Amino acid sequence: MVSRIVVGAHYGWRDWLAQRVTAVIMALYSVILAAVLLLGQPINYDVWHGLFAQGWMRVATLLFAVSVAWHMWIGVRDILMDYVKPVGLRLVLQVLVVVVIAAYLGWTVQILWR
Amino acid sequence: MSQAAANKKNRPKYLNLTALLFEIRLPLAGWVSILHRISGALLFVGTLWLLFMLDRSLASARDFAFVVHYLHLWPVKLALLVLIWAYCHHFCAGIRFLLLETQRGWDKKSARLSSIVVLIAGVALTIVFGARLW
Repeated sequence: MVSRIVVGAHYGWRDWLAQRVTAVIMALYSVILAAVLLLGQPINYDVWHGLFAQGWMRVATLLFAVSVAWHMWIGVRDILMDYVKPVGLRLVLQVLVVVVIAAYLGWTVQILWR
Repeated sequence: MSQAAANKKNRPKYLNLTALLFEIRLPLAGWVSILHRISGALLFVGTLWLLFMLDRSLASARDFAFVVHYLHLWPVKLALLVLIWAYCHHFCAGIRFLLLETQRGWDKKSARLSSIVVLIAGVALTIVFGARLW
């Protein structure tokens, strides 16, 4: 019954894989951050600011943010594909989502390196 | 194809609002799945707010104090708890899906058990992090 031409298209496998790889990256970061929050010293400004002043934390957080952005795009796109059927409206919403996610990412970089 | 079309014609339509709301009950795995989607959508929207708080909390000691004060307002607490739950549930359910995709826990009993574990773990982790925050 399946009669599609499997040449020249990805049929979503790359997105599928990206969603999982980014999920693992985010999970690792979450566990590290949770350990810092739960086991470390009580959080005050100096501890909090000091944590995000370290190079490794900034890079790890950026990696996390990029993973979030990519993962979010695939997830929200899936939701839009499932529930928003008119092509024009779906396109507009997808473009909006891309803009919002790009803005999130830009803001994160700004927060981390100011 | 004609056979499929014939089957489709004979099939009773049963998807109305009453059926969706009160009669068709999701199995636990279905709850895990739809909550995974809902929590994901919440996190997409909530990121704007979380970034705002991250931004303020790292800006200066004064802004940090403002965020701490802000976090003690009960509507803020409630909203943050919802997002913490969304994150924890999405995390746990995601791990369950990754395990299922590597062909672990496919039989009915394990699938049901892992659904219960995910639903409870999401709430339990929310309590742990919520308690730590306040």
